[in-house]
Amino acid sequence: MTTPRIKRLREAATGYAFLSPWLIGFLAFGLYPIGMSLYYSVSRYDVLRVPQYIGLENYTTLLFDDPYFGISIWNTLVYTALRIPLAVGGSLILAILANQALKGIKIFRTIFFLPSIITGVVLSVIWLWMFNPQFGLVNTALGWVGIPGPLWLQSTEWSKPGLALMGLWSIGGARMIVFLAALQGIPEQLYEAVDIDGGGAWARFKHVTLPMLSPVIFLWTVLEVIFSLQVFTEAYVMTKGGPLNSTLFYNLYLYFKAFDDYEMGYASAMAWILLVITLVITLFQFQLGKKWVHYTGEG
Amino acid sequence: MEVGSHVTRKRVKRVLAYALLIAIAAGLMLPFLWMVSASLKGDEEIFAVPPRFIPKDIRWDNYAEVFERMPFLAYLRNTTFITVFTILGTVLSSSLVAYAFACLKWPGRDKLFLFVVATMMLPLHVIMVPLFVIFKELHWLNTYKPLIVPAWLGGGAFNIFLLRQFFLGIPKELFDAARIDGCSEFRIYRTIAMPLARPALITVAILTFMFAWNDFLGPLIYLSEQSKNTLALGLALFVGQHSTEWGILMAASILMMIPMVAIFFFFQRYFIKGFTMSGLKG
Repeated sequence: MTTPRIKRLREAATGYAFLSPWLIGFLAFGLYPIGMSLYYSVSRYDVLRVPQYIGLENYTTLLFDDPYFGISIWNTLVYTALRIPLAVGGSLILAILANQALKGIKIFRTIFFLPSIITGVVLSVIWLWMFNPQFGLVNTALGWVGIPGPLWLQSTEWSKPGLALMGLWSIGGARMIVFLAALQGIPEQLYEAVDIDGGGAWARFKHVTLPMLSPVIFLWTVLEVIFSLQVFTEAYVMTKGGPLNSTLFYNLYLYFKAFDDYEMGYASAMAWILLVITLVITLFQFQLGKKWVHYTGEG
Repeated sequence: MEVGSHVTRKRVKRVLAYALLIAIAAGLMLPFLWMVSASLKGDEEIFAVPPRFIPKDIRWDNYAEVFERMPFLAYLRNTTFITVFTILGTVLSSSLVAYAFACLKWPGRDKLFLFVVATMMLPLHVIMVPLFVIFKELHWLNTYKPLIVPAWLGGGAFNIFLLRQFFLGIPKELFDAARIDGCSEFRIYRTIAMPLARPALITVAILTFMFAWNDFLGPLIYLSEQSKNTLALGLALFVGQHSTEWGILMAASILMMIPMVAIFFFFQRYFIKGFTMSGLKG
């Protein structure tokens, strides 16, 4: 005989038993580190000695006395500003092309997606070779059409645009799939309405495709910005922050501070500042999004 | 004639569309071809101007040299070890937790689920330093535990989310019938939920594979002995030390890519779906 009360208790016990891996993991490797990170950020800490409370000194040093802090923010913002239009625009174009009712279109979709399986170090190594100013494919191809290529990763002007271009190659296909699914969800009647009004391809794009896709474009722009602000591996492997700190991105600088200089407190303060910057930019985008994102029906 | 010109216009449009598609596809494939080409070239040909796509004499030696110039087999073994145990832990623990959220009733369940989803927003760099300190205190540095153990404890918010969605789609009657028969929840999870969730489990496994195989920051922070390195870390080290040996670098990159490409072609549907949903490629 089990009373409802005992039954409910037993259900709860089973539930928490299944949940327990996550619970332990979250407490040990999520919540506790967040607390410690806050504590380190107001401490001087080199791992060897116990953390020493120093108030907001890490933050004030960062904001007022560290030239590399400003440089790394500037680099990260410029990289993000270059990468987002390329990545979002490029994958949108890919999606529109791959959405045509043509024979063999599936093969093209697969080919467009293929670069997306390459990430991290392998991606970096391939493009290090692609961008080689003398013997790389990028400048060779530019040479075919008579354009003298820049020094790319060895030039302060072209290192960030180069990395942004590489970003387009490496995620264009993955984002294309997202846009493709959204394109295929647009009701045909909407296009027919434009046709009846005598609109051409541009009118179809401007009055139907773009507004209908705007929620997806918005979502992925927001995510893409968050990812871009955290750029690390490419810069670490390809440029180590150079030339002349032109690719010293925020997380790269944070890594150097933490694991080369062992200034763990300083690095923790940096991490929190990046979190705040990311939140501010995201909120700003949501404000901006109200003006251009078109939600149909209840959204 | 009106109709005739319409048909011609349509045909021209189609030819143009194919031309554009082929041009872009070729452009996107060129880096791959360029890599394969370099992996088969000797130094004289790599540094030839203008470069040739198809090498005059094909040099397979680059591939053999990969194994001589770096402890490639050790890297491969280490990476495989980490990847296999990360996948196992992720699939097991995220499915257990997802089962708790989808199929069991307990107080606070739905609120806590929202919280789990919210933890996806937490950027790794905020907890990177404290994690390093924790693993140092535990004497786990220079072992694979920091890379593997967290996967067994929850398996990541996104995977929990994905599997929960899938479990919710399984008809409730299946579970209820088993409960009436006196099955324990663990047995229902193991014999009903898991086999039915195979497609979602494959997606989770593939995503985890791609993450663990390519992870760079984790091994970079936690591993310090060269013999313990992973492929990603070893390759990055080699770039730092021998940045001009393109033939060997490209051959090593191709060897490291082979499992990724193979999994892509075998599990294309799962692969594309998982990748698209997760936004894994930041």
